[in-house]
Amino acid sequence: MITAGIDMGSRSIKVVLLEELNVDGAPQLKYGVKKVHIMMPGDLDQDVAADKAYDEALASAGLKREDVKSVFATGAGRKQVSFAAEGITEMTAGSKGAIFMYPQARTVVDVGAEEGRGMKTDAVGRAIDFAGNEKCAAGAGSFAEAMSRALQMTLKEFGEASLKSDKSIPMNAQCTVFAESEVVSLIHSATPKNDIAKAVLDAVASRVCAMVRRVGIEGEVVLIGGMVHNAGFVQSLKVAMGVDTISLPDMPEYISALGCAMIAAERQH
Amino acid sequence: MIANYGYKDGSGEYYISIDTDKCIGCAAERACLTACPKQMFEIITDDYDDEVAWVKKPNCRTLSYDCGDCKPSGGYTSLPCIAACTPGAIKHSW
Repeated sequence: MITAGIDMGSRSIKVVLLEELNVDGAPQLKYGVKKVHIMMPGDLDQDVAADKAYDEALASAGLKREDVKSVFATGAGRKQVSFAAEGITEMTAGSKGAIFMYPQARTVVDVGAEEGRGMKTDAVGRAIDFAGNEKCAAGAGSFAEAMSRALQMTLKEFGEASLKSDKSIPMNAQCTVFAESEVVSLIHSATPKNDIAKAVLDAVASRVCAMVRRVGIEGEVVLIGGMVHNAGFVQSLKVAMGVDTISLPDMPEYISALGCAMIAAERQH
Repeated sequence: MIANYGYKDGSGEYYISIDTDKCIGCAAERACLTACPKQMFEIITDDYDDEVAWVKKPNCRTLSYDCGDCKPSGGYTSLPCIAACTPGAIKHSW
């Protein structure tokens, strides 16, 4: 049986096609990922973009729509996926996917383009406590992206630059717009780029950490979402949360879509 | 599940927490729906197929303003939503 999970993020659409396996004597091998696909929608019409991303994923897996038993959607734009049987929240999907990848983890941190959130989960990946920030993107990837633009660096360079700094410069602004002017002030005062990059990522990490602390840090911590690719942010988050290790999946942006596809499969039984 | 709705900004941390385990099968007959003067609560079916209250999405971004009138400065000695929720499922972080 094949199911699909579609994560309609604010920046990109992620599709996971999941196949349920029945491997005798290996109950842990219950699912296999058949195909993952990511699309940056060039279209403002999310319905059209969701259709296109799903069709692209199916084509690359050599499947047709009728081969997929059930489609579930998650993410900020989940209601726009007209062909999805159900929409589930990012908290439920993210927890499910993260615990599948790291069964020992109990704290899941999800930092995407526009939103960050912290979840506490049980052993089966059911969210038991969550907190997000509904108001602004200052604790999310687009904030870091805007600041890297102000420093004329790519996001990768930005993360690497942060790792080269050992200074702690507090950034007081809570809003992307005001923070950008704070960054400009730091540039004018000849603060090295590495130190500014660290200041920005420390600020994002501190906001994300405040959300996670609301739910409490328990057991192993997993970070999911696109910000996993930013090594500087991961380091800043470790320091802010006071943990030595954070588990980082290989393809962190797909974890919520994976959880979504798993829930779609479970609901078939 | 403890569901935290709200945000943190430059002026503080504003979250309404709803303990959904206490909210399921409400013993107060969903009194929060009418107790809130801004009618910020509504009943939804969550991802686990339980009928629980949540804070309406637009209000999640404006809690400090929306709840301001019910705080002690508005003349209240206790918050109407918390007083009405006899199972004790609702909490404010500020």
